[in-house]
Amino acid sequence: MIDREQVLHIARLARLRLDDQEVERMAAELSGILEHVEAIGELDLEGVEPTTHVVALENVLRADVPAPSLDRERALAGAPDSASGSFRVPSPQA
Amino acid sequence: MSAELVPTIGLEIHVQLLTRTKMFCGCELEFGAEPNVHTCPVCLGHPGTLPVPNEQAIESAIRIAVALGCEVAPRSGFHRKNYFYPDLPKGYQISQFDVPLATAGRLGGVRIHRVHLEEDAAKLSHVGETGRIHGSGASLVDFNRGGTPLVEIVTEPDIDDPAAAREWLALLRTTLRQLGVSDVNMEEGSLRCDANVSIRPAASPELGVKTELKNMNSFRYLERGVEAEIARQREIVESGGAVEQETLHFDPAGGTLTPLRSKEYAHDYRYFPEPDLAPVAPSAAAVDAARASLPELPEQRRDRYEADLGLKPEVARRLAFDASLAAFFEEAVTAGSASAPAALANWITGDLVALARERGLEPAATAATPAAVAALVGLLAAGEVNRGGAREVLEVLVRDGGEPAAIVDRLDLGAGDPDELAAIVKRAIEEDADAAAKVRAGEGKAIGALVGAVMRETRGKADGGEVTRLIREQLDL
Ligand SMILES: [Zn+2]
Repeated sequence: MIDREQVLHIARLARLRLDDQEVERMAAELSGILEHVEAIGELDLEGVEPTTHVVALENVLRADVPAPSLDRERALAGAPDSASGSFRVPSPQA
Repeated sequence: MSAELVPTIGLEIHVQLLTRTKMFCGCELEFGAEPNVHTCPVCLGHPGTLPVPNEQAIESAIRIAVALGCEVAPRSGFHRKNYFYPDLPKGYQISQFDVPLATAGRLGGVRIHRVHLEEDAAKLSHVGETGRIHGSGASLVDFNRGGTPLVEIVTEPDIDDPAAAREWLALLRTTLRQLGVSDVNMEEGSLRCDANVSIRPAASPELGVKTELKNMNSFRYLERGVEAEIARQREIVESGGAVEQETLHFDPAGGTLTPLRSKEYAHDYRYFPEPDLAPVAPSAAAVDAARASLPELPEQRRDRYEADLGLKPEVARRLAFDASLAAFFEEAVTAGSASAPAALANWITGDLVALARERGLEPAATAATPAAVAALVGLLAAGEVNRGGAREVLEVLVRDGGEPAAIVDRLDLGAGDPDELAAIVKRAIEEDADAAAKVRAGEGKAIGALVGAVMRETRGKADGGEVTRLIREQLDL
């Protein structure tokens, strides 16, 4: 069971602000997910390789050849603020 | 005093790989470019984009791993390391976690814990107050660097003093440079080093609580930072306190260490497998090929200098661990068939390095060519110039270059004709029969008067050892 404290901790890590109602809802939903995973954990999976992909591919690589980059104006167009050709953000040290 | 407290040091090194493009996208890598001219939806972390690993980066990382004697994992994968910071547009860094690319290596007597691949963060510059919100500053983000292939090398805590840490990092840099996989330039940030430092009573097998030191972006700062941290920890322990686990920032200006403001939950990275990337599974044949294609590395070079060229261990190490010095030495050995490698090595690591340093240069950057240095050492070995004269010639070579034999003539430093020297010795013995008799009678010190007379006669150009030899020979000793 995920408690209120844990939900707030995870929310903080994810930079999410939750109101009390949402905290309660998330506690229930996250607990449900964990219970489901615990159920899987009860299966005997001895000798079964972990799967992180739905397809059994490996070494999907790209040659080290340059591709065109974005024009700077286009790259910066998505920024909430820009200056001197850069993305301007509030200082993380402030 | 505190002799019973011993330090333990482990290093974590980040190396930017010298590929043409980034780790997961085709944006070009260019140091010092205008900000944000090498970005794309992948390295800007736009939703829906997919990373594809750079084959050359993986090859270079494997090359590093085998050069460090590591075992390359037959199959490793990428994970997401989650944290929020403006230099990380996706909210996570793609890195490796439970199964790194390689483990269990060794370099210069220090065990390598792991070698893994990841992507670099963007560059943040803090520009101070914006005026909009009092007391807050703004930062500018340049994503050119974001996504640069990085190899992280983590050592075991096998280093026991700051100078050794510095020397080991220099060996690593030479090794990596030899591999051609990175610029390994600490000032430009293509080689970065953090250190884990702890102290413990010498008798205790258990390591003390460690602190992590950041921002030691030069060899000197690494040594000074670790020194300062050991001193700080000693003081805490000796006054009965306990060292706290924390991350410290080294300020080279004041030589001080400041704790980084503890970002709450900073170490809760919630790693999970990166679902957008397939595992990396290098074939055994590819790893073998990487191993077979390694150039001669500094440690092997040192062993060869000792075994084949008869250099003393310390001289062999100094040459072999400095790629540019080693190249100079080897060129000189090739050029100077007449000179013994050991004598050449001594001149290069001794007088030449010292003279070059006076001018703020490496020997290779001075006017002295390897061939000229070899020729000079040859003249010295043949007795055509003495040690003092040779040193004068070397000074001229470092400053102006030129041909040693011609410089010897021009400065009139020649030791002269061996027959002529023998005649001068004969005359000195005849003129000071008293001293000669004393030397014959076994009064060793008396030979000084005879040597002095010969040196006066040759205006200091004769080789002192050769003069002594001739005197003893003529006195039938
Ligand atoms: Zn890109």
